[in-house]
Amino acid sequence: MGSRASSLLREEDIEEIKKQTGFSHSQITRLYSRFHSLDKGENGALSREDFQRIPELAINPLGDRIINAFFPEGEDQVNFRGFMRTLAHFRPVEDNEKNKDPTSGEPLNSRTNKLFFAFQLYDLDRDDKISRDELLQVLRMMVGVNISDEQLGSIADRTIQEADTNGDMCISFSEFTKVMPGKAIDITADLQNGA
Amino acid sequence: MESYLFPFDSLICMLLGISFTVWFTLLLVFIIVPAIFGVSFGIRRLYMKSLIKLFEVSELMLKMHPVSLEQEIHEMRRGGAEPEFDMSDIFYFCRRGVESIVDDEVTKRFTAEELESWNLLTRSNYNFHHISTRLTALWGVGVLIRYGFLLPLRVTLAFTGVGLLVVLTSVVGLFPNGRMKNYLSDKVHLMCYRICVRSLTAIITYHDSENKPKNGGICVANHTSPIDVIILASDGCYAMVGQVHGGLMGVIQRAMVKACPHIWFERSEVKDRHLVAKRLSDHVADTSKLPILIFPEGTCINNTSVMMFKKGSFEIGSTVYPVAIKYDPRFGEAFWNSSKFGMVNYLLHMMSSWAIVCSVWYLPPMSRMEGEDAVQFANRVKAAIARKGGLADLLWDGGLKRGKVKEVFKEEQQKLYSKVLVGMCCLFFFFCIHFFFLN
Repeated sequence: MGSRASSLLREEDIEEIKKQTGFSHSQITRLYSRFHSLDKGENGALSREDFQRIPELAINPLGDRIINAFFPEGEDQVNFRGFMRTLAHFRPVEDNEKNKDPTSGEPLNSRTNKLFFAFQLYDLDRDDKISRDELLQVLRMMVGVNISDEQLGSIADRTIQEADTNGDMCISFSEFTKVMPGKAIDITADLQNGA
Repeated sequence: MESYLFPFDSLICMLLGISFTVWFTLLLVFIIVPAIFGVSFGIRRLYMKSLIKLFEVSELMLKMHPVSLEQEIHEMRRGGAEPEFDMSDIFYFCRRGVESIVDDEVTKRFTAEELESWNLLTRSNYNFHHISTRLTALWGVGVLIRYGFLLPLRVTLAFTGVGLLVVLTSVVGLFPNGRMKNYLSDKVHLMCYRICVRSLTAIITYHDSENKPKNGGICVANHTSPIDVIILASDGCYAMVGQVHGGLMGVIQRAMVKACPHIWFERSEVKDRHLVAKRLSDHVADTSKLPILIFPEGTCINNTSVMMFKKGSFEIGSTVYPVAIKYDPRFGEAFWNSSKFGMVNYLLHMMSSWAIVCSVWYLPPMSRMEGEDAVQFANRVKAAIARKGGLADLLWDGGLKRGKVKEVFKEEQQKLYSKVLVGMCCLFFFFCIHFFFLN
């Protein structure tokens, strides 16, 4: 149940989150309701188990990586702020944002930030490079046992060859962004509110 | 001093005595006697109509925006079925993952449905804060009526109903087996369940009664709360299936089984699927015994969807009579969230709500067709129930309320993605080699 969740979220908090993430007031209260319903321990923070309880996420081959993205370095709990900050990457870009004040800093859901989010799903050790091993790991997660090691290896090699421009056999973030097709990418989850 | 108090004393006693008698007579005449004969004065329906008007008024006062959220999730169009891997493929899984975090089809079925407008019960309000004095006053009056008048009335009726059930079924049990006993047992069960129905102020509309379950069949229904049993059993006689309990439940179970055969399993027997199947089939084979009532979902779902039916009851091979039950959540939330509330708490909620309003549809009987296995049959029945009751038909297992999802579903996803990567023939080729060289 949503219960009295929204009454635990203060107006100042909502304003701050609004500024930081760009979500609307009703979207924030709605997502807070959702946060609260996932938080079975009722301690104001989500753990990895809380995420894994969502069946559709548990069967997602990249489920664990996505869950990891919510947790800051070395932490086991994510509070509502952190939850919203990560979700903000997936907020659709609204038209009126394009005229925004450029000095207010890049919004969390800009194309660059979206790509960086995806880059970090590959780059486990956070060394700003996707090595062959890291690529293989993600590929293995996505295909399970259905493809042989050799085949997967050759797919990985081919991908690195196409993307790598400076010859270090790794993919850096700038090489990553060049490989991504311009508009075809759409990782914005539609978070529209009916109100 | 004493002489002053004495007349007051007796006056108070007299007043109490009179009001008690009047109250009891009213109870008897308006509630218990009609229950015995299955007649209704229509008081509950009148009550329901006035409640609806009340909610409309409070809605106007509140002018609430619909709380329910409509999320449109487009399916991302993949750029052609390229056999090559693209680094952007990760985005597909990423998006699906985040969407399921924001809202998913399954976890919300295990908590009560959100209402579009408030029904003056704090437990179903999600944005409750002081809007206006008038509304709060209205709510306050509601609390007084519900807890001061309705609750004690209902508790009395509940005790009466259960007490009568135990006593009368034991009495009927003393009769020798035969038509007289069956007739009496039916009447006794119906009467007691009708009293229980009134103790919850349940206003039930039965549709298509010509399809009511007959002897030698199995009745299956979607499960929302333990009250489902009372609702169905007050309109027809069924043989119940369940685990043997201790305490009060155990007393009720033992009494009921004296009057007519129900199927109660010991805890140890429940694990043995063959034993369970055998007892069920033996029961349906005997056409003098009542139809069995089973809830194949295995757990309480919040009445917005129907989840996977366990195939056990569909393997037995008798006629299946599906029944759809749909509650109206405006009057009282019937869903039992067993991880949040215990049984006593739940019953208290039930009895202090406005009413339980529901509709029951009896669907035409179904049998397993040629070449259909138990799972397909179960899904067919489930789809019919979902369609009739206006509920979402989900393939997910109700067991996900407590347990984890099976690995095999993740493997399915991986297999699908692999097909895209290497193309169908390569995958087939690979499997052949794998099979021949490694076996």
